[in-house]
Amino acid sequence: MNFGDVIGQAFRLIFSLDPDLLEIIGRSFQVSLSSVVISAVVGAPLGAVIAMARFRGRGALVVVLNALMGLPPVVVGLLVYVMLSRAGPLGVFNLLFSPTAMIIAQTVLITPLIAALSRQIVEDVWQGYAEQFRSWGIRPIRAVPTVLWDARVGLMTVLLAGFGRAISEVGAVMIVGGNIDHLTRVMTTTIALETAKGDLDLAMALGLILLLMSLLVNALSHAVRRVAGPAASLARV
Amino acid sequence: MKNGWLRFLASVLIVAFAGGLAAAAAADRPLLVLSTTSVENSGLMAYLLPKFEAKAGFKVVLAAFGTGQAIRAARNGDADLLIVHDKPSELAFMADGFGVERREFMYNDFLVVGPVDDPARIAGMTDVEAALRRIVATGALFVSRGDTSGTHKAELRLWAAAGLDPNSFDVSWYRAVGAGMGATLNAAAGMQAYTLVDRGTWLAFRNRRVLKALVEGDPRFVNQYSVLLINPERHPHLQHDKARVLADWLVSPEGQDAIGSFRVAGEQLFVPNAHQRNASRRE
Repeated sequence: MNFGDVIGQAFRLIFSLDPDLLEIIGRSFQVSLSSVVISAVVGAPLGAVIAMARFRGRGALVVVLNALMGLPPVVVGLLVYVMLSRAGPLGVFNLLFSPTAMIIAQTVLITPLIAALSRQIVEDVWQGYAEQFRSWGIRPIRAVPTVLWDARVGLMTVLLAGFGRAISEVGAVMIVGGNIDHLTRVMTTTIALETAKGDLDLAMALGLILLLMSLLVNALSHAVRRVAGPAASLARV
Repeated sequence: MKNGWLRFLASVLIVAFAGGLAAAAAADRPLLVLSTTSVENSGLMAYLLPKFEAKAGFKVVLAAFGTGQAIRAARNGDADLLIVHDKPSELAFMADGFGVERREFMYNDFLVVGPVDDPARIAGMTDVEAALRRIVATGALFVSRGDTSGTHKAELRLWAAAGLDPNSFDVSWYRAVGAGMGATLNAAAGMQAYTLVDRGTWLAFRNRRVLKALVEGDPRFVNQYSVLLINPERHPHLQHDKARVLADWLVSPEGQDAIGSFRVAGEQLFVPNAHQRNASRRE
């Protein structure tokens, strides 16, 4: 394999605006961004509650949550497959081998990650506020939105970590999506397929494009942070 | 409005979930065919399906797994139609009442490929049993699919025919990679090992490197593909009518001609043979 050729092919693919490739890139983003949004809506408040509340078994819950960050995608895929299969409990919804199934699998995969990392970040922010809120007589649960807002810069990085894990995994989406052309084919399953066909140059070029897309998302979020971050801090002062 | 935001959160989730379900249910569902990696990696279905769809007027989508995994998914009711290539497991599928009709409709053949320097000296042999025994005798590297696919099961039958038991093979030379055909070829190319491959995948494969076709033409290499219709009584939710239209087309003169006209690098990959075969039917 010649890396010059691979890079050349990657750029030719990008600038050719091949409709199939654009469709696959679009689906990768659709699936992984949807998963991140749902996981954020569930995971960030969950992490915040665990960070701020004090209850029996909290330490054990934190350990379990942290361990779940290491969930293997293929196991999540299998679990979701068994649930969504016609023979499984959610079979009637007919979701297997659909983008929805892929979103469900990736949501299961990254919600613990987002919850665990949010827990850590919110805990640090909460340390500075706990006394104040208590003196005002505000219950911690009511303070969740405020604290989440205050921790938003750190939480943005958490979301990026979740997005990175979602868009790069192949084990779960392959099992529940089936890598069906024009339906459930995403970047990672395409790379796996081209590798299986022995077209290593094309597979590598697609990998490079995936990396560029990831770079783009991170650059965008960095720009947003630079614009929104300082202004918001001023408003708070 | 205590916990108002929590309630808001819950309603957003419910709406999103219900919306997703409704969208999934409302979509005009394409026919889902579960097929084997050899059929997809060779490009056959990508060649056939547009021809069929133009005629039939509905969409067909294809998910590719090994024969073992495809049949398991079909047992669970997760496929509208099955195209596989392992007669014993197909017959078991029928006997267990999951299939209503099994039609053999095309074949290709297997071959043994290996490194050009050919340490076991099997190049040009046409007797696969003798070739396999020679690989064992020299302890040359052999890569097995090891994934209960049709090709893997065919390989196991060939070892058995040669009077050998793969369970007794040492990992020092016999490597079961548990992967699809393409990944197995990549492994064989990387290890400079022998492996069994179907001709379709082999001809379409782009990363041969040191690999070369060495043993071919043995009658035991015939690789028969069948299309299996699934029992509506077992799985009433499936699209049985559409499935039958596709199965009928595959065995029709038009479908058979299309299969015979598919070529990769000028070579015919699959031989249509529906007319010579009797469909086995479960009454």
